[in-house]
Amino acid sequence: MVSRYRLVAAAITAIFIASACSGATPSSAPASVAPAPSATVAEPAPSASAAGQDFTGVTVELLTFNGPQIAEPLQRRAPDFEALTGAKINVVAVGFQEIYDKAILDLSTGTNSFDAFVFNPQWLGDFTGPGYLEDLTSRVESDPVVDWQDVGPFFRDFNATYGGKVYTIPLDGDFHMVYYRSDLIDTPPKTWDDYLAVAAEHHGKDLNGDGEPDYGSCIAKKKGQQSFWWIISVAGGLLQSKGTGEGAFFDTTTMQPLLNNEAFAKALDTYKKTMDFGPPDEINLGVGDTRGLFTTGRCALSMDWGDIGTLALDPATSTVQDKVGAVITPGWTQTLDRATGKLVACDATTCPNAVDGVNYAPFASFGGWSGAINAAAAQEKKDAAYAFLAYMSAPAQSSEDVTLGKTGFNPYRTSHFETRDVWKAVGMSDQAADNYLGAIEASLQNPNMVLDLRIPKTKEYEQDVLDVAVSQYIAGELNAEETMQQITDGWNQITDQVGRDAQLKAYQDSLGVQR
Amino acid sequence: MASSGRPLDLDPRGVTNPDVTRGPRLHRRAILSLGGGWRSDAAARWVFIWPTVVVILFLSIFPLVASLTLAFSELVFARGRIEVDFVGLQNFQILLFGTERTHLLGLLKPPTPLGWVIFGLGLTVILRSLVGSLTGGHVRPLGALLRIAGAVLAAGLLWLVVQTLFSEGGRPGSLVVTMIYVFAGIVVQFLLGLGLALLAVQPLAGRRFFRIVFMLPLTITPIGVGYMFRMMTDTGKGPLEPIFGLLGMGQYTWVTDPWAARIAVIIGDTWQWTPFVFIVLLAALEGLDQEVREAAFVDGASHRQSFWHITVPAILPVSTTIVLIRLIEGFKIVDMPNILTGGGPGTATQSLTLQAYLDWRTLNLGRSAAIAYILLFLVTVIATGYVAWWRRRIRPV
Repeated sequence: MVSRYRLVAAAITAIFIASACSGATPSSAPASVAPAPSATVAEPAPSASAAGQDFTGVTVELLTFNGPQIAEPLQRRAPDFEALTGAKINVVAVGFQEIYDKAILDLSTGTNSFDAFVFNPQWLGDFTGPGYLEDLTSRVESDPVVDWQDVGPFFRDFNATYGGKVYTIPLDGDFHMVYYRSDLIDTPPKTWDDYLAVAAEHHGKDLNGDGEPDYGSCIAKKKGQQSFWWIISVAGGLLQSKGTGEGAFFDTTTMQPLLNNEAFAKALDTYKKTMDFGPPDEINLGVGDTRGLFTTGRCALSMDWGDIGTLALDPATSTVQDKVGAVITPGWTQTLDRATGKLVACDATTCPNAVDGVNYAPFASFGGWSGAINAAAAQEKKDAAYAFLAYMSAPAQSSEDVTLGKTGFNPYRTSHFETRDVWKAVGMSDQAADNYLGAIEASLQNPNMVLDLRIPKTKEYEQDVLDVAVSQYIAGELNAEETMQQITDGWNQITDQVGRDAQLKAYQDSLGVQR
Repeated sequence: MASSGRPLDLDPRGVTNPDVTRGPRLHRRAILSLGGGWRSDAAARWVFIWPTVVVILFLSIFPLVASLTLAFSELVFARGRIEVDFVGLQNFQILLFGTERTHLLGLLKPPTPLGWVIFGLGLTVILRSLVGSLTGGHVRPLGALLRIAGAVLAAGLLWLVVQTLFSEGGRPGSLVVTMIYVFAGIVVQFLLGLGLALLAVQPLAGRRFFRIVFMLPLTITPIGVGYMFRMMTDTGKGPLEPIFGLLGMGQYTWVTDPWAARIAVIIGDTWQWTPFVFIVLLAALEGLDQEVREAAFVDGASHRQSFWHITVPAILPVSTTIVLIRLIEGFKIVDMPNILTGGGPGTATQSLTLQAYLDWRTLNLGRSAAIAYILLFLVTVIATGYVAWWRRRIRPV
């Protein structure tokens, strides 16, 4: 009797295991959930954009970041787009850490509840491989509304393109820069040593006239947000000196991480020292917090994307209008000798791109929020989604959005840099516009610019392993050696899981970009 | 109405009667009985027990089996589907011996002299308890084996605590941090709950009002409590900023110091769960036979003697149950550290559940399930050990 019951129990368990496995791996019936191959997608009309298009009755579900920046311009312009075309754009905004997971789960399980995404273009390695995203190459090249040639070459050919195909439409252009109070600081920092010295000089002084001591430096260091990019900006000049193609994350011959050497140890030390001149709870501040502190006059220096430049213009929230300068991310007078893992002084051989002995390596971190379309969405939804993204990116809309701090969008089109009227319209003086746009252009044109990591599992390398290790380092849980070892082990584990050769090829390809 | 001819048998032992264990024959008989009348006990078992069994299988056993499968797997996102690749013990290997070891177990360093003393004392207690349990009566071989395994596990956990908390340069991982939350939280919550219950049972003015007030934290969602404490521990901008300022703590921050952050989590958790302890102990205290206490006072007992020799023994069964419930619940703490500190600074306030949640959120479902099973094992062993320990001491007279 007992054995019979055991048999029944075993059979039930086996059925459950089988159903669990088959439920999670519908490999035998992928047809209904597999995204339609891009090659079979009907070619859209040459100008599938807002004007003259009728998408009445079509609703596009769009997933993005709940900033509140990024979602703001999409939500604000969606009703205008609906009035133009009839298409309803439903913007679903979630936390930064959730975007990747929601998007990839939605696509991989075939749920396809989202028709479009505005997300990190550095994740394309994970999304284009399985064919989740619509190939937009033919659309953008033939669409006068999106004016593809006006998009900056870096954003067009690197951010939007993967494996030679266009998958995203840029809505934002991102570089790290250093902001400084131009009314307090005559000579902005050129090196990270300068940065610490300037921060020390102003730390503890009242910088905004409220009688309270303020801070020398404000850099968002909260775990689980967007803080892990700063350490690469600090380390950039130490890790990369021979030009963009050299790469700053991995050795381009062995795929071994470059973050376990004297250079990265120095970067970690410098990064931690900035906390000596920051708010007491800096370890728990996100970029929204540090931007608020800077624009209310509480910080002498900050590192950020282009957002502080436009947020500082808003009279409703800013007390530092016309008191903000921007400068290319500071560099170093030393760099890494990759053969020995030691630091060497910069000279014409070791730092061929150095300016006045300083090796700058501005970091194109993140790259800018970009719109992509679900390849498995219905054709009319794809068309409407494309039309909306093109509408958002079109110079008429984007040239206004990039001047507004609340959007989170920064300049990325040639016309954004050349047309100064829009900047004047929001209260930026010619001098301030020259300074702000000049800092972005200087970064963009630097031959030693550091490209963000852009290979499969980029999110795991950066947001999971690097972010946790650096947060443990600044919290004092790990010393520099332990931090570097943890990053190296974690990155090697991911590389080996995916396949070292495949990852190396992907990394080499990502560095071969032409600007 | 025809029936099997027997009265409805409610004795659990009846489940093993021959009719029930005959399988197909039972099925036929049950159907016949159904045709003959619903009062048949065999039919009742089919009607009442099997739906329950099916529900339990789907809601409890299936997730358990599915998550066990996941614990030995890795998810791979492929074209239009998710592949579940079997990876054996890899997830456990990474957690216990690989790149996640310091995250889970902490940074282990040789104990300080104090650490050795604590380990020695703890080990003595464990060995005495083990010897007592093995020699206290008839013990089956399997029972002896399980007790020895439990003692080894307890000694291992003690060694882990000593190496991470009482060592030079050691650091607790999420496992030890969880145990800190559980044991420190239970002690504080029990003492506060008992104190409040003893106060609320007194015939004081306004005690009804305070009973309701003491209960309020229990009605708030844990996420809400997390956000509330996040604001309250913000010394620079929070609602308690003036008080922190007066105390000279305006520049102090709870979130940058690992122990301050852990204490903040324990305070928040205590605030939320003390009312649960309070209300159960209050009920127990109100159910006490006052005549016994009055008789003790007549015999010259002091209030302290009355408390230790009458009240405490009377509420002991309830107290052990509360502690058991809080023990099991406490191991699952996730909202407070997640909202209050995000698990930081670094990973200093991460509990096991939060670590599993973060792995799950980053789509590392295999590792998340492995952590969940480690937690399940730990809770089962500790709760079973706790119950067995008390069972040996509270025997019906």
